[in-house]
Amino acid sequence: MAFARQDVRLEVEQLSFTYPAGVEALREVSLSIQSGERVAIIGQNGSGKTTLVRHFNGLLRPTRGRVLVGDWDTAAQSVAKLAARVGYVFQNPDDQLFCRNVQEEVAFGPANLGLAGECLQERVRDALKLTGLAGKEGINHYDLSATWRKMVALASILAMDTPIVVFDEPTTGQDAASVERIANIVEELGRRGKTVITITHDIDFCAENFSRVIAMKEGRILLDGSTRRVLAQEELLATTYVEPPQLARLGRRLGFPETVCTQDEFFEAYRSWRPGA
Amino acid sequence: MAIVQVEGLSYTYPLAISPALQDINLSVEQGEFVAVIGANGAGKSTLCYTLAGFIPHFFKGNLQGSARVAGLDTSQTSLAEMVVRVGLVFQNPFNQISGAKFTVYEEIAFGLENIGLGRQEMKNRVEKVMALTGIADLAHRSPYALSGGQQQRVALASILVMEPEVLVLDEPTSQLDPIGTREVFQVIKEMSRQGITIVMAEHKLEWVAEFADRVIALAEGRMLLDGKPREVLVDPALPAGHIGISRYTSLARRATQQGLWPAGRRLPVTLDEAADGFREARRAA
Repeated sequence: MAFARQDVRLEVEQLSFTYPAGVEALREVSLSIQSGERVAIIGQNGSGKTTLVRHFNGLLRPTRGRVLVGDWDTAAQSVAKLAARVGYVFQNPDDQLFCRNVQEEVAFGPANLGLAGECLQERVRDALKLTGLAGKEGINHYDLSATWRKMVALASILAMDTPIVVFDEPTTGQDAASVERIANIVEELGRRGKTVITITHDIDFCAENFSRVIAMKEGRILLDGSTRRVLAQEELLATTYVEPPQLARLGRRLGFPETVCTQDEFFEAYRSWRPGA
Repeated sequence: MAIVQVEGLSYTYPLAISPALQDINLSVEQGEFVAVIGANGAGKSTLCYTLAGFIPHFFKGNLQGSARVAGLDTSQTSLAEMVVRVGLVFQNPFNQISGAKFTVYEEIAFGLENIGLGRQEMKNRVEKVMALTGIADLAHRSPYALSGGQQQRVALASILVMEPEVLVLDEPTSQLDPIGTREVFQVIKEMSRQGITIVMAEHKLEWVAEFADRVIALAEGRMLLDGKPREVLVDPALPAGHIGISRYTSLARRATQQGLWPAGRRLPVTLDEAADGFREARRAA
């Protein structure tokens, strides 16, 4: 089926945000994400990751600064309108799901964007297939395990076919098979030209599936660059409670000159490695 | 005498067609740190609920066989009696937090209030456990206005404060950053050194390899493997596609195919073992 290819750039300019209780969660954050990029946002609990991405779809509005989604300033748009450009998968699926069964849940978003008939059904089928939910259409999500509820949450956003998709901690509590399914979804969204942004503590998942990493600390951006470059900054990352991925730690232990993030990179470095050299 | 003794235990949830646990036999000595691994749906959480008495007292359903934990027969002992001896940290902290308290401090004291502990002793314990779990600065925040990771630490603290003999944890670090994960594993390891028995469901195999004394692998409700981490985590019987294997093991498997891992050497589960193996392979080459 055809998927919309829209060139929607995300632009965050000098964004600061203070919660009503007075906690200053973001301090002058600026970043720009091009259409089709795959970006992981990492950093310690409470560093502002979720607060940042909730600005992308208007769930939060800047205290100062601004956020542009394509030509829209989020401060001037409704969450309902922004939903056509930015899909956001909540950390906890129970915060998101409310319909009577999987089919209705996944159809809800695209129906609200105005889709109907065969076109809507096709979207829903595609999202269910990607998430491995085909055959579970009639089930109430409360009768599914937490793993599958997470997949329903993912499917209901994928079905909206937004140019930007944001995942908040997609791999928590998921087993290896499910993490692999999520990695495949990220891959497929990349093929469709979507921008994929994820918050994650799973640094190995980040190293293996994302090309750019933004590390946050205390409401600011600590590091922003290619995955290999950012994950090489072991000492800086430790200040925001991030440990390098396991393969990078092994490479470092062996004394490889370069940071390795994937198995392929490991073997490439290993072949030319001379201990003690 | 084992502090956890499970014999011929099978359990089916109400209205479920197939059993969630089948013929589980398990014996754990006092002070052991046992990790329970398995795919989603393998029965890890169900086993946790069973050891803590939530099954059969809360979830009902059909339970066969027996579970004795800290000297108590779980199906004969009320939950009110169980919670004093056996603590359960929920997988989702949101489901554990009482909803009856306005601050983190009060939330952590909630269990102690219910057992009628003296005020000063209560304050001492609450403050000690908040320091131990790194949440002293959250004392006056609402338990609901916290990040997932902070909530998870509060959930852990509110069980540790009860000073249980047996501590059952259902993926207690799923929402923590890596260094937070390390801190929590270290706290739990220290509990086990002090003689508290630990049973912990966990997906993070590298951490299991580093910290647990023993690993139990569940598959489709049955015990598949039971042994030392270095044996269980590289066992070919482990359904790798579901439980996964540690990244070091996976890397060494690929290295073996390429002739880059020392012949006859056991596959690694930790960073140290992987580094030693690759150094040896390079020296031999």
